[in-house]
Amino acid sequence: MHKLRLLLGICLLSISCAQAAIDPGLLRPLAADDSDTRIAAILALVEAAPEEAQPVLQAMAGDSLAVAGERVVVLGAGGRVFDAASNRELTPPPAGIETIGINNRVRRELASALAALRLFSAEREVRWQAAQEVNQNVDAKMLPLLDRALAAEKDPKIRARLQLAHAQASLGSTDAAVRLAAVKTLGESSDPRVRQLLLPLTEKQGDTWVEADSAVRAAAGTSIRSIEQRLAWADNLGRAFTGLSLGSILLLAALGLAITYGVMGVINMAHGELLMVGAYSAWAMQSVFRAHLPGALDWYLLAAIPVGFLSAALVGVLMERIVIRHLYGRPLETLLATWGISLFLMQVARTLFGAQNVEVANPSWMAGGIELLPNLMLPWNRIIIVAFSIAVLVAMWAILNLSRLGMFVRAVTQNRPMAGCVGVPTGRVDTLAFGLGAGIAGLGGVALSQIANVGPDMGQGYIVDSFMVVVLGGVGQLAGAVWAALGLGVFTKFLEGWTGAVVAKIVVLVLIIVFIQKRPQGLFALKGRFVES
Amino acid sequence: MVRRNFMKTISAVAVTAAFGLNSFAALAAETIKVGVLHSLSGTMAISETALKETVLMAIDEINSKGGVLGRKLEPVVVDPASNWPLFAEKARQLLSKDKVAVVFGCWTSVSRKSVLPVFKELNGLLFYPVQYEGEELEYNVFYTGAAPNQQAIPAVEYLMSKDGGEAKRFVLLGTDYVYPRTTNKILRAFLKSKGVADADIMEEYTPFGHSDYQTIIAKIKKFSSEGKKTAVVSTINGDSNVPFYKELGNAGIKATDVPVVAFSVGEEELRGVDTKPLVGHLASWNYFMSLKNPQNEKFTKAYRAWAVKQKLPNADKAVTNDPMEATYIGINMWKQAVEKAKSTDVDKVIAAMAGQSFKAPSGFTIKMDERNHHLHKPVFIGEIKADGQFNVVWRTPGPVRAQPWSPFIPGNEQRKDQPEGR
Repeated sequence: MHKLRLLLGICLLSISCAQAAIDPGLLRPLAADDSDTRIAAILALVEAAPEEAQPVLQAMAGDSLAVAGERVVVLGAGGRVFDAASNRELTPPPAGIETIGINNRVRRELASALAALRLFSAEREVRWQAAQEVNQNVDAKMLPLLDRALAAEKDPKIRARLQLAHAQASLGSTDAAVRLAAVKTLGESSDPRVRQLLLPLTEKQGDTWVEADSAVRAAAGTSIRSIEQRLAWADNLGRAFTGLSLGSILLLAALGLAITYGVMGVINMAHGELLMVGAYSAWAMQSVFRAHLPGALDWYLLAAIPVGFLSAALVGVLMERIVIRHLYGRPLETLLATWGISLFLMQVARTLFGAQNVEVANPSWMAGGIELLPNLMLPWNRIIIVAFSIAVLVAMWAILNLSRLGMFVRAVTQNRPMAGCVGVPTGRVDTLAFGLGAGIAGLGGVALSQIANVGPDMGQGYIVDSFMVVVLGGVGQLAGAVWAALGLGVFTKFLEGWTGAVVAKIVVLVLIIVFIQKRPQGLFALKGRFVES
Repeated sequence: MVRRNFMKTISAVAVTAAFGLNSFAALAAETIKVGVLHSLSGTMAISETALKETVLMAIDEINSKGGVLGRKLEPVVVDPASNWPLFAEKARQLLSKDKVAVVFGCWTSVSRKSVLPVFKELNGLLFYPVQYEGEELEYNVFYTGAAPNQQAIPAVEYLMSKDGGEAKRFVLLGTDYVYPRTTNKILRAFLKSKGVADADIMEEYTPFGHSDYQTIIAKIKKFSSEGKKTAVVSTINGDSNVPFYKELGNAGIKATDVPVVAFSVGEEELRGVDTKPLVGHLASWNYFMSLKNPQNEKFTKAYRAWAVKQKLPNADKAVTNDPMEATYIGINMWKQAVEKAKSTDVDKVIAAMAGQSFKAPSGFTIKMDERNHHLHKPVFIGEIKADGQFNVVWRTPGPVRAQPWSPFIPGNEQRKDQPEGR
């Protein structure tokens, strides 16, 4: 046994070992038509040649195992073809290659076979992944393998995982003491599947208990309760996180509007289209990187941040200079004019980029997530967007409160004639402030491109939400927008979990209407004198 | 003076009008107008734009071979913009103003339902190329997509089979409108007949264009961890699929644990998604681009060449899918029927459609049923591969006859398997 382990360890590192030939007769059934034969072939292969099997099985899981006539081959990068039995390159590549397609059932067997082989890898990370994988799919047949792995494993974290798997596999043991130990170990788990395994132990089937031993039954009950506590905790945490994530998205969508509408009082119906400009900049940067810097494609998003800000700000400044500045103090005309601009911008996007949505891919560092608990996974893209919205918020607060421009903006909105009298160039400040609001909307668009569809009409879906956030928070209040966005996000998500998405949407809208009727000034009313009022 | 001038103008106008009309009539005699009624903007554009391109490609193909009855086809393309009432308006415009001989169009059932009264009133002819919920049989419509027994039922049967993972619990997830609601009603009745309890079925709907699937994914995770093997049946339509699959990938729901089978997701919809985390999730269709046969090779090549010629976005990666194939079958069968009837008259063409057959890209010779206006189609179930294509894991031995009136909905036994004629 020790020898085998040593062999495995060395083999997985060295290629020379993988060149040892496999009996082609073992490989051929992998390409059989029915899954039963294939699964039997996988097991036979692992049994007969554990060290050579791994590259072959890995190729099979990755859709790169193929048959050419009677020979089973592995498809390598760049159209190279290797013989699966000897691992020698075949030149020229044989004709009539047909990939062996696999279905989920075979894929599941492959995954557990590979995980079992990888438990003996020399690399800690590989073993850790394998231990996780093994936990997903345990049965009693794996006990000898788990025993072997446990004997070899030194890392405490991996050991804990393996022990959980071991306990799951030994639940079916005939020895009550073994079962008791297993049930007690499983109480440490926070995997909902384990609870499912334990539940039958506390139930009666007809008149007899499924589990004969009363001590095991009691221990199972205790274990289930402690698992359930952890599950409920993770559930609520998960819900709070999705709420936070929706809140951060609402906030990003609404922050720009909090300046243009909230602070400057311009009812900007083209706000959604400014988001769209930002989102399309992300797409444009992606295309530029794809064409010119394919090596750095993963970082296109960083370049998209300034580009999105500047292009949306530019559109905003043009809007303000050409149209809006002639309409200050005439809200109805502003509303109609900006609505017109919104239609115009949508049509421009449709003409330039086509009416269909464009594809914006998540960079690889935003894919996947951190698994805090087996039933709580926080996706990276959401985490990054929450962080990004906080960063934008801080930057905006700093600009408004610490910079000279921010001081001018506040002065102009509070008392325009007086600000003008002391030498503030009010016209220019208006333009810059509007540009800033538009630019921040552009940043929101860049973030939205990572989770939503990017198309000419995308802004329409956010305009209502954005106004909702700003009005609910109280016009003229940054803090109000923040609380409103978070509140709406968390409230919607808890409601959705309970009523479903369709009803939640209706309920939220109704509640907002009621709220605005009772408290038209929003959550936070601005105290003081507006010069207009 | 004024009066004379007026008379002059009038006669000038009359003369021009007469000439205009004449030349118009001459032109009309030369071409046959074909209406294309697909959303080119809005939430459904992701799916429907490719169908418009397919119609145009097929028309181009037919014209290059001499047209129909010696006359060229002339496409009239309109954009109903994913706006259901606008579909009816545009259909009326096509039929009464443009006088088209036939219309190829619609994707969602709600758009089809909205144009139906117009087609009935003006006795138009509609070819509907998308899988749908059944429960409808109209004289003026030919359904070239799948009925539930040609897509949904086989898919669920597969999920319950050993190779499909022996699912015992089901999440029925859809967009909130008539197709998903009816399909799920049929599936619920079907599952009940197979002994699945109500507690083991979860039904969830989202609005059109929904983009935040966090809660739903969390719910699916929870539901699937509460015991027996779970599978998800998705009837989500339009561009919501992109955020749904993105979230699914990020949440780490693997097809080996909880497989998702989709009825409205094909090669085209997956173009906007990173498919690596989605490997193994399923779709059920009557055609996949990855099928290997001479007809399909010709079809995919022709479409890619068309996409490059039209400079469509991402033309080098252009894909074909099931509704495109259904559109292609539809227009070719219509051509055959017109040639058989020797007229484009709607009633004559409808009569000539019965029993038409066509060697389709699916590799089978597809027949239009003699009675029920539906095609006999083969069913394929495919798993998503890392390159966005499908690997066929299950197929019917041959074409299956459509049952527009599902036997799983009570009261359908008395329904006639033939539309009421005019």
